[in-house]
Amino acid sequence: MSNIVTDVVCPFCGTLCDDLEVELSEDGTKILNVYNACAIGAAKFLHSQASDRLTRPRMRQEDGSWKEVSYEDAIEYTANLLENARKPLMYGWSSTSCDAQGVGSELGELTGGMMDNTATVCHGSTLIAVQDVGVPGCTLGEVRNRADRIVFWGCNPAHAHPRHMSRYSIYPRGFFTGKGSKSRKMYVVDPRKTDSANMADVHLQIEQGRDYELLDALRVALKGEWLPDAVAGIPKKQIYELAESLKEGRFSVIFFGMGLTHTLGKNHNIDAAISLTRDLNDYTKASIMPMRGHYNVTGSGQVWGWQFGYPFCVDLSRGFARYNPGETSSNDLLSRGEVDAVFVLGSDPGAHFPMSSNKVIAKLPSVAIDPHITPTTAICKLHVPVAFVGVEVGGCAYRMDNVPIETRKVVDPPEGMMTDEEFLAAVVVRVKELQEA
Amino acid sequence: MPAIELNLISGRTIQQGVSMEHGKEKHAYTLACGIVELDPEDFKALGIYVNTNVRLKNEFGEIVVKAVEAEQGPNPGLCWVPMGPWANMVTNPRTYSMGLPTFKGVPVTIEPAPEEKVLDSIELIEAVCL
Repeated sequence: MSNIVTDVVCPFCGTLCDDLEVELSEDGTKILNVYNACAIGAAKFLHSQASDRLTRPRMRQEDGSWKEVSYEDAIEYTANLLENARKPLMYGWSSTSCDAQGVGSELGELTGGMMDNTATVCHGSTLIAVQDVGVPGCTLGEVRNRADRIVFWGCNPAHAHPRHMSRYSIYPRGFFTGKGSKSRKMYVVDPRKTDSANMADVHLQIEQGRDYELLDALRVALKGEWLPDAVAGIPKKQIYELAESLKEGRFSVIFFGMGLTHTLGKNHNIDAAISLTRDLNDYTKASIMPMRGHYNVTGSGQVWGWQFGYPFCVDLSRGFARYNPGETSSNDLLSRGEVDAVFVLGSDPGAHFPMSSNKVIAKLPSVAIDPHITPTTAICKLHVPVAFVGVEVGGCAYRMDNVPIETRKVVDPPEGMMTDEEFLAAVVVRVKELQEA
Repeated sequence: MPAIELNLISGRTIQQGVSMEHGKEKHAYTLACGIVELDPEDFKALGIYVNTNVRLKNEFGEIVVKAVEAEQGPNPGLCWVPMGPWANMVTNPRTYSMGLPTFKGVPVTIEPAPEEKVLDSIELIEAVCL
């Protein structure tokens, strides 16, 4: 008889699909297959079973080789690294549970860390914009059941959030959207002709970097005011038509991604997108939602939000929480040489930070806590592999619409492996001992 | 050697996501991300065949990647490198005092580099940082 675990939550992207089925071996120790997941989610579950996976910490030696060390040694090194540093950067926190993030916050408070999560290279602009102008939001359930105008702006869900359209935004037959995709109009605004753009009713192939202008033009068009012949490479006729369509919809939702947050203008692009959404509410119901990347980057912002008052770029070095993106953000701290140790958990700056920042990390005392071998672990002094959250240990995660979902444990981690929460808790204990001594 | 100027953007692709989850030290990750997607017109301008290695250069750095034809396109004036350490050799690290580097909209010069090797992610970061 097959041994299938149902209602498994996928720990990859912010869509946090909760309908996966994982087939296990009869003794429940091996994952044999993953059903309902996208290609990326399935890869994550299956990679946890890789035969070449690291199961014990390893320390870089002076000759460049790696030496296996015990978890006790790793705890000792990490505690001393944080305790001896005047201003350690404690980065990552997005591929782990809220439970572990909470323990990490205690560690940050104890050691005066600069706490930052992956929003700092992702939706940080969004968080700043939301603080500036607020946000008319909704849940993905409301989108599924009610939204009949969907705009994907600067995002490519077909690649980055592969099941978003089938679970929530385009294809499902919801309560008031009974004809599925036929009930909805899909617009994509993107400088590339992406796979998502090819699926859309209308693709507005905007000039790269002109998002702010087009968002403002749409606000003008909503009011029926004058526009020049083209804005951002889009003819005015198309702009008026999109504005009219969004007004006519019963519920219009704008999803946006890195095309807005990474492009010059950054938080001001999001300001304009939120302001457009707010204007739309004069005519119909409208919401806007960031397409969050890591499965629990939203949770990290939530946990720090209620613990410190700020969702990223939290400076605990003065004994109280400060927040000033541009000063207390990871890449600014690294480029100015303002941190003297680096602690990474649940993220990979080696792959996803500009290389100039990684050159700084490589020169500092450093630890990377990650189940995988990554470019980050390659330049850190200590690599601590841990159990996969959402596969080998449960814990809370927040979906991109700020709905918390409890992830499930499917199999046991390899014998003797610690979870990141256990590792963090052990470091907290050791730091307290060092501080009392 | 012919060289062309294009506007670089980077981001996620499904191949990037799948290969990343299978292990960034694996060759599949290099095949998925150590590339630049160009339009057919760009190959003509460079005088190279598809799957030829090219060098991307700008004021922030340089990197050798394999030039492949854009699966999602054409996108005149743009080139695409999936997010990863290769793209981050030439992204704009400036945050303009708001925290986020400028990952999209970075001018790059592209020239053929058929004799040069595309390093894997671990080789690359060790060569640059250690």
